[in-house]
Amino acid sequence: MLKRRLIPKLQLRSMRLGNADRMVLVTTVRFDQTVQVGDPISQAKVYQAQMADELIFLDLDATLQGRPTMAGIVERAAEEIFMPLTVGGGVRSLDDFRKLLRHGADKVSINTAAVESPELIERAADAFGAQCVVVSIDFSRTNEGRYSVFTRGGKHDSGLDPVEWARTCARRGAGEILLTSIDRDGTRAGLDVETTRRVASEVSVPVIASGGCGTAAHFVEGFSEGMADAVAAGTFFSLKDQTPLQIRARIGNAGIPIRPQT
Amino acid sequence: MAGNNPDQGSMIGVVDYGSGNLLSVTNALAMVGADAQLCSTPEQLAGAERIILPGVGAFGNCLDNLRCRGFDQALDELVIRQRRPILGICVGMQLMARKSLEGGEHAGLGWLDAEVVRLVPQPEQLRVPQIGWNDIEFRANCPLFAGLRQGTDVYFVHSYGMNCRDETDVGAWCDYGGRVTAAVWRDNIVGTQFHPEKSQDIGLRILENFVRWTPC
Repeated sequence: MLKRRLIPKLQLRSMRLGNADRMVLVTTVRFDQTVQVGDPISQAKVYQAQMADELIFLDLDATLQGRPTMAGIVERAAEEIFMPLTVGGGVRSLDDFRKLLRHGADKVSINTAAVESPELIERAADAFGAQCVVVSIDFSRTNEGRYSVFTRGGKHDSGLDPVEWARTCARRGAGEILLTSIDRDGTRAGLDVETTRRVASEVSVPVIASGGCGTAAHFVEGFSEGMADAVAAGTFFSLKDQTPLQIRARIGNAGIPIRPQT
Repeated sequence: MAGNNPDQGSMIGVVDYGSGNLLSVTNALAMVGADAQLCSTPEQLAGAERIILPGVGAFGNCLDNLRCRGFDQALDELVIRQRRPILGICVGMQLMARKSLEGGEHAGLGWLDAEVVRLVPQPEQLRVPQIGWNDIEFRANCPLFAGLRQGTDVYFVHSYGMNCRDETDVGAWCDYGGRVTAAVWRDNIVGTQFHPEKSQDIGLRILENFVRWTPC
């Protein structure tokens, strides 16, 4: 039986350390309030030892700063980490896809570029296969009380409805949807189970739910009520008091198919 | 990666025909102590003691890219006539089939009497592509799985599966709303639908088994 997946999300920001800019691992709260938590490669190796099912690397500032994506980090990760790596942040073209795949990424996530030029989804799926095209959808509740898709690191309201947009992405050839609640991000208050469920029941491709995990029970909710195929978490795993290994048993005990701990 | 001499006896040639993430394959082989080299021409591949045929993306594209570099004929020579061991991974395995129905009908390399068809899992709520870790059952003597326990989890990502006419060609299978071929094995040919280079310790062990395997 196919197992549900636990995916640590490694969010990176460029920071000036000494005389050099380095990519550091951070957590965020509602896409803001950055906290520096360590070095991405060391942490990725820890996750490998803890039997994470996959990893997601996201460059949080790439779109805003218009800088190229982090091929170097992926390349270093791919030397020693033998699990699927999804990489995103600032991906705008087929060349960006090609470069990341050549450097060791298995899947590439697009967010802003998908909204601004949706045909990129089809073109990437045709060129590299749907399985490596992940569309990342960041959504938030607006002041008027409706849900909307936000781009550019959560700064720009696209006006798109998340469920409608997910359906469009899947139709255009996305192989997977990474669905993140901006409102829940870093709050540890639990996933937006309802929106996850609405998206998961509308598309036939796998849905990764993200934003808000604070306890093992939140993962269980995401899988059972949210119908998510995978749950990704940044803050939850980075703060290191709980690991993918520890919560695995809790999830398994709730009757969710998950890889055993051995 | 040690050694650049194509005449060296133990070189493992990874067929580089512009498909997907080859770095992970060579890194994983290096991790198990193998001398892996990317081969972008049939001439480079000729020096390989054994061969890995990766593959990501659409069947038709992969086959076109393989052919336009002359690898189809080179592989026939090395694999079928000279019987060098080969491991196909994902679409690399599917290419060994007689034909594929992905995006129209395409003839494959034809080494195995098999057809590549879209996954139609039952119930329909199961998603396509199958993405993630699934447990496999394997034929007891299949060389790829020596030392592994039945029911071990490996990483899959695919929308199409390979149906073998000859059941004895199936080396392992998984359940995804029906029985899905997870590995094939015939003579000096093996292939995995899953990605050993993405299956952590278990995957490294499978690659190591391939590297050490001597087909009889």
